[in-house]
Amino acid sequence: MAQYMFLLFDSEDWYDNLTRDEWNQAMKLHGEFAAAVEKAGAKILGGEALERSSTASTVKNREGAEPLVTDGPFIETREALGGFYLIEARDLDQALELAKACPSGNIEVRPVMPTSEDAAPPA
Amino acid sequence: MTEAVEVTRVVDQAHRECWSTVLASVVWLTRDLDLAEDCTQDAFVRALRTWPDGIPDNPGGWLTTVARRLALDRLRRETNLRRKLPLLVEEPGEAEQPTDPLRLVFTCCHPALARDSQVALTLRLICGLTTREVAAVLLIGEATAAARITRAKKKIAAAGIPYRIPADHELPARMDVVLTVVHLVYTAGYVAAGVELTRTDLTGRAIELARLLVRLMPGEPEPQALLGLLLMTEARGGARVSADGELVLLADQDRSRWDGKLLAEGVSRATAALQRGYGRFALQAAVAGLHVTAPSWEKTDWQQVVRMYDAMMVSWPTPIVALNRAAAHSLVPGADVESVLAELDALAQEPALATYAYLPATRADILTRLNRPTEAAKAYEQAIHLTANETERRFLTTRLNALTPPHTE
Repeated sequence: MAQYMFLLFDSEDWYDNLTRDEWNQAMKLHGEFAAAVEKAGAKILGGEALERSSTASTVKNREGAEPLVTDGPFIETREALGGFYLIEARDLDQALELAKACPSGNIEVRPVMPTSEDAAPPA
Repeated sequence: MTEAVEVTRVVDQAHRECWSTVLASVVWLTRDLDLAEDCTQDAFVRALRTWPDGIPDNPGGWLTTVARRLALDRLRRETNLRRKLPLLVEEPGEAEQPTDPLRLVFTCCHPALARDSQVALTLRLICGLTTREVAAVLLIGEATAAARITRAKKKIAAAGIPYRIPADHELPARMDVVLTVVHLVYTAGYVAAGVELTRTDLTGRAIELARLLVRLMPGEPEPQALLGLLLMTEARGGARVSADGELVLLADQDRSRWDGKLLAEGVSRATAALQRGYGRFALQAAVAGLHVTAPSWEKTDWQQVVRMYDAMMVSWPTPIVALNRAAAHSLVPGADVESVLAELDALAQEPALATYAYLPATRADILTRLNRPTEAAKAYEQAIHLTANETERRFLTTRLNALTPPHTE
C-alpha cells in the first residue's frame, strides 16, 4: 500500500452563492466518495475542506532578511486549492481510479514521500 | 574458439530479439527497474566475453539466467544497505514468470507519464536502445533523452505505477496509448534519422509488439488494425529503395517487388478490423489497404482515400491528418489543385507542422504539377532543410534539380 495526497482544485465562485441544498448535495457526494474508497479496499487517512484562497497568508522565509508575510495564496490560480484527502491505496492505478470518483473538478494526485529511516539516502 | 565476427553477430541478434524479455524477467524478479537494467546490460557484456569459447544453444535462456543471477547477487550484497527507492508494485499473488515484455510495455506506456517519456522509455527498455540512440531517433540531445528516461523511471517508482498488465475492463482505455507508442516506434524506424533510410530493428520490434497486443486482446479491432497497417507498410519496404540505394516513392514503386505474404496478412487483418469499427488505426489501415490493392498509383481510388481521411478528421482533427487529406485530394482526377494549395498554405501556420518536412515536400510536388518551378524549388529547399534523413535529402535534391528552369525574363 502507498499513500497519496489528493489536492482538490476548483473554481471558488461557486461558494459565493451557495444554497443550503447545494451544500447538502456536496456533502452527500463526499459521503459517497468515502464509501467508494472503502469499497475499493483503500482508506481515507485524513482530509479537510479549506477556506477560500482569499483568506490565505503566505510566509516567505528569506535568507539574510526578515521573513516576509504576504496576503493571499503562494500561487494565484483561476481554480484554487480548496481541499485535500490523504488516501492509502494499492498503487497509482487504484489512486487514479479513486480520484475519478472524487467530487472535485481537478484532482492532483501526489505520492507521499516516505521519510522513515529506511528511506534516507545512504550516508 | 568462435570467430569474433560471428560472436558479435550472435550477440547483436540476441540483443535485438531478447533484450526486453531478459529485462522483463529480471524486473519481475527484482521489481527494481534500474537494477534490472544494469544486470541485463552486464549479461550482454559477459556474453561478448564468454561466447567466443562456445555460443550457447539458447542465447536468450543463457542471458536470462546470467542476468537474474547477477541481480540476485547484487540484492544479496545490498540486503544490509538501505534501499533508496520504493519497489515496483505488483499484482498480489501472481506467481507465473512472464515470457514476454507486455507488462513492461504497459508500465512504459502508463497514461500518468508524459508522451515524450513514454516513447523514450519504450525505446530504451523495450527496444534496448542506448540513451545516445534514443536521442538520435527522437532528434533530441543526449542529455535531454537521459533526463526524460531518468525522470520517468523515478516517477514509476515514487508514484507507484504498477508493473502489471491491466485488467480486462481497463484494457481498452489503456490500449490507445500503447498502440500510439508502438506506432511511433515503427515510424521512428521507418524513416530513421541519419544515413540509413530505415532501422529494421525498430520496425521489426514494433511489429512484434503489435502481434503481442493482438494476442493479448484478440477481440479488439484496433490492435489488429495497427498490425495490419504496419504489415502493409513493411511489405513495401523492399521496393522503397532502388538498387543504388535511392528512395523510390509509392507512386514509382515496382509493385511486383512488394512482399506478397506480408501484404496478404496485412490486408486480411485490416479488413477484419474494419468490419468491427472505424477506429483511428482501422482508418489508417484502410488507407494503406486502398494503396496496396490498387493496380497502380494512377488507378488508386483517391476519392475513397479522401473519404477515409474525412472520417479521421471527425475524431482526430490533427494537422497531419489534414495534410494527408489535402495531398490525397490533390490526386483525385479533376480536383481543384489551386484550392488544395491554399489549404496547405493555411496548414503552414500550424505550429505542429513548423518542422515537418512532408508539408513543404507536398507543396513542392503540387507546385511542380502546376508547372510553377520557381515556387516548387523554394519548397523543395525548405523540405531538404527539414528532413533528418540522408536518403530523403538526396531524393528531394534530385527532384529539385529535375525542375524545368523557369523562363528568364
